[in-house]
Amino acid sequence: MSEYFVIGLDIGSATAKAVLVDNEGKVCAYAVRPTGGRLVQSAEDVKREVLSQVGVTEELVKTIITTGYGRDIVQNKTKSLTEITCHAKGAYITNPGIRFVIDIGGQDSKAILLEPDGQVGRFEMNDKCAAGTGRFLEVMARTLGIHLDEMGDMSVRSEKCSKISSTCTVFAESEVISLLAQGEEIPSVVSGLCRAIAERVYGLASRVGITAPIMMTGGVAKNKGVVNWLSKTLKQELIVPEEPQIIGALGASMIGLEWVRKNNQTMNKITQNI
Amino acid sequence: MSQRVSIRSTAKMKELMGFYYMMAKAAENDPNQKIAWITSGGPVEILHAGGVIPIYPENVAAMAGTLKISDEICAIAEEQGFSRDLCSYARTDIGSALSGKGPIMGTASPKPDFLVCCNNICGTVTKWYEELQRIFNVPLIFIDAPFQYGIKDRPEAIDYMEAQLRRMIDQVGEITGNPISWDKFMETLDLADRAVKLWREIQDLLQHKPAPMNSFDTFIHLAPIVTLRGTQGCIEYYETLKAEMLERIEQGIGTLEKEEYRLGWDNLAIWYKIKFLSERFSQHNAALVVSTYTRSFCYQAEDRDISNPLRAMSADYLAGYINHGLDFRERELYQMVKDFSLDGLVMHSNRSCRAYSFGQYELARTMEDKYGVPVLLIEADQNDTRMWSDEQVGNRIDAFMERVASKRNKNIA
Repeated sequence: MSEYFVIGLDIGSATAKAVLVDNEGKVCAYAVRPTGGRLVQSAEDVKREVLSQVGVTEELVKTIITTGYGRDIVQNKTKSLTEITCHAKGAYITNPGIRFVIDIGGQDSKAILLEPDGQVGRFEMNDKCAAGTGRFLEVMARTLGIHLDEMGDMSVRSEKCSKISSTCTVFAESEVISLLAQGEEIPSVVSGLCRAIAERVYGLASRVGITAPIMMTGGVAKNKGVVNWLSKTLKQELIVPEEPQIIGALGASMIGLEWVRKNNQTMNKITQNI
Repeated sequence: MSQRVSIRSTAKMKELMGFYYMMAKAAENDPNQKIAWITSGGPVEILHAGGVIPIYPENVAAMAGTLKISDEICAIAEEQGFSRDLCSYARTDIGSALSGKGPIMGTASPKPDFLVCCNNICGTVTKWYEELQRIFNVPLIFIDAPFQYGIKDRPEAIDYMEAQLRRMIDQVGEITGNPISWDKFMETLDLADRAVKLWREIQDLLQHKPAPMNSFDTFIHLAPIVTLRGTQGCIEYYETLKAEMLERIEQGIGTLEKEEYRLGWDNLAIWYKIKFLSERFSQHNAALVVSTYTRSFCYQAEDRDISNPLRAMSADYLAGYINHGLDFRERELYQMVKDFSLDGLVMHSNRSCRAYSFGQYELARTMEDKYGVPVLLIEADQNDTRMWSDEQVGNRIDAFMERVASKRNKNIA
């Protein structure tokens, strides 16, 4: 049993994520839950869940680092950091060769260039609307009467791809309805929606300066349709981690662990000198 | 929030500007006192020499933005068919002219007897002032300043400016009925020259660590150099401000409890969010210490001929930051980084000001790749609050400051 643990919490607009790592940096547990309107409660819930998975008590948790839109509302945190810093760290820990991260979350998308040593370089975030993010796909799934989880496979299997000209959620919704009225098949429309997101993110990534190898993180990375279209648009294979949604929380936990280690080193030095 | 020692001179500026606006308003229906509306890059010295009161629609629009009444005034222009994509200063000004609403004692600017438009700041002003001419039915003096693509300004462009300024001196005399005396004009140019030098010296004092004031302060203390350049009052004001800054340097007074990071600002201020931005950067112990925007009002041409003041003036009115291509801007930005020991640059990608914002992404890339200077781009608008989101901009600032901090000290994240 590890002598201590560190937790990274990523309280996003759509889901709350927790990652628990031990003193060697091994991921012992993770949890993902919908955030809903109850940020504080969902943060508490995911934290309890990872602790109970491993069967450790909160006293053994030395540090909690939070990130995501709800990062400042969480009680008992050591520090909060932005998703940019945490996703970059999480991606670098998962694969130290990574030079570029594309993160598409519930309500924003980001493109981050990593320095070879993992430090954050240039980055860009989408502008003020939720166009081309997870929320966009959720609304479209509802409009089409399908499940969010079905969209990826549906897009990949579809031979046709409808032309969707707008990634504005409101305009795209009426565009989708007109396409259906013209007799377009649902899978073709879904493929078109995935391509529209990919094209929008391509613009964001180009502004930063696309540099391979690229990792895609965030909930939307679970949608194979978007990943496929994005890799076609970028003309690059994308590396998608096993659990793309928890990369921010993972980064937060690893930053926390580095802090604990540094602090321990300092304390050891001090005690040696006494 | 860090504790701040407030700047005493601010009270004097309020008095100076308040008096100026009151006199301007009082002159509105006085047939013996002419009023001209002029663009921010326009040759105001000729107006002061001719005894004309200048009104700056851009300055007045910024006041409306700071008072958070610009949205409502913009909406009036929009109702009349002016597109939301048009510059928010133009919309504020036109909405104000059409409705009589504005920030000067709750009303619009005093009506102009004539207009002076110089396109050295953007192309939008050309059509904007034609619109004002249509609304007020008054003469429009137009000064065409050719855009300078290279680093060195072209002599034939200076000739062209000189000819237009000479003509303007005659035109203003004809409109007021009193020809401008050459001696008075030379005297005004000398006063303007001294004020411009003072304004530059004051801004250069911010190279000191900690900076005795920050860019959010300079945005406010900019008003006299824009409006009253060429008057004795302007010089007196900046002498007071300079003395106070020297005193603050002597006493080690900065604007933050701890000035850890120093940043530069590019583009116009975001008038309705000055407090938000100032507080957000303060939370990261970051001071904004220089801006291309406030320096725009002290540009003097590099090899200006001081023996010929009109010639020097003609060159100066071409010499501004935004009348130049990217090579010039790159040089200026990097010089700022060096002179002010900057840790990064904040670029306001301003939806209203294409002349300023165009090329910023390219400049940002150059600053990052060629000079290793971190750049943050904030998408917003100088006066239209509908383009703003606290949460999103705040998040970008936090992420940027984490990056700047980790660059400085690789142990932090």
